[in-house]
Amino acid sequence: MSVLLAARADSFEAPGVHDFWQPLIGDGAYALTRPSVVMAISVVLIIAFLTVLARRLTVVPGKAQFLAESAYGLVRNSVARDIIGSKEFLKFVPFLFTLFTVLLVNNLFGVIPFIQFPTTSRIAFPIALTILVYIVYQTVSFRRKGVVGYMKSLVPPGLPGWILPLMWPLEFITYFITRPVTLALRLFGNMFAGHLLLLVFTLGGEYLLLHSTTPNKAAGALSFLFTIVMSFFEVLVEFLQAYIFTLLAALYLAGAVSDEH
Amino acid sequence: MTGNIAILGYGLSAIGPGIGIGLIFAAYINGVARQPEAKSMLQTIAFTGFALAEALALFGLVFMFVFKS
Repeated sequence: MSVLLAARADSFEAPGVHDFWQPLIGDGAYALTRPSVVMAISVVLIIAFLTVLARRLTVVPGKAQFLAESAYGLVRNSVARDIIGSKEFLKFVPFLFTLFTVLLVNNLFGVIPFIQFPTTSRIAFPIALTILVYIVYQTVSFRRKGVVGYMKSLVPPGLPGWILPLMWPLEFITYFITRPVTLALRLFGNMFAGHLLLLVFTLGGEYLLLHSTTPNKAAGALSFLFTIVMSFFEVLVEFLQAYIFTLLAALYLAGAVSDEH
Repeated sequence: MTGNIAILGYGLSAIGPGIGIGLIFAAYINGVARQPEAKSMLQTIAFTGFALAEALALFGLVFMFVFKS
């Protein structure tokens, strides 16, 4: 760390992609990196929190129970039930709730002191979660509708015949390529850009405050002030992205279980 | 002045989604103001539209990194 600081001292080096590569043990493809440790910590925390809470549920909820209940209520009622429909939403609730809690905790780790690394700003983690969602909604689609039925249901019924060769490939690309790609990229892009923004303000502020002439120090202080403001904005974005990821997963599942387009 | 033209491209690609997201939330606010009880339904639709519009800006971000090198 001190080497890094010393290197930064003589000229300002803008933060970039390299700041997100933080191997703890080893290097290369099989390194144990900081985000994977953070991910493991988050999973242990969520499991411990929820099992301890579920063991001693009370009729009048305490603070922790209220927190868990409102997260569960959000996923169950305003995501799963409203989108998938009241008939078959219940069997997807565990999956969606798992996605939501894992994403929420991992995203919020971006602003929690000492951890301060949103796991999802490394693209591998959004891709892994997206592959999970992809497998689930494609499997449900194929099992519900069959291969032919699924391919037919890609285009809305009642279209004139001449438009089908145009429409069908587009819809096919949407279902099989665009959806998973955008799902992973949205989460990654937001988390990565947001964290990079905080890095720019913090490192820029540090440089201006400590390594520049006096009038520039005021700009450094302003930059630190902005870091605080942007941190609050990041909390909002982090929550929103966890919500949107779950929402879109539910939306794709709703398309898989519905009979028509 | 040094830099990469790809970053300019990302800036340009963010204009469209910016306007789009603005329109979506303007419509959402309008809808809730007129009919507050439809809030939960409109919220889902608004965030879905927001996510779709935002995807374009994110493609810009990713392609910026792709074409930077």
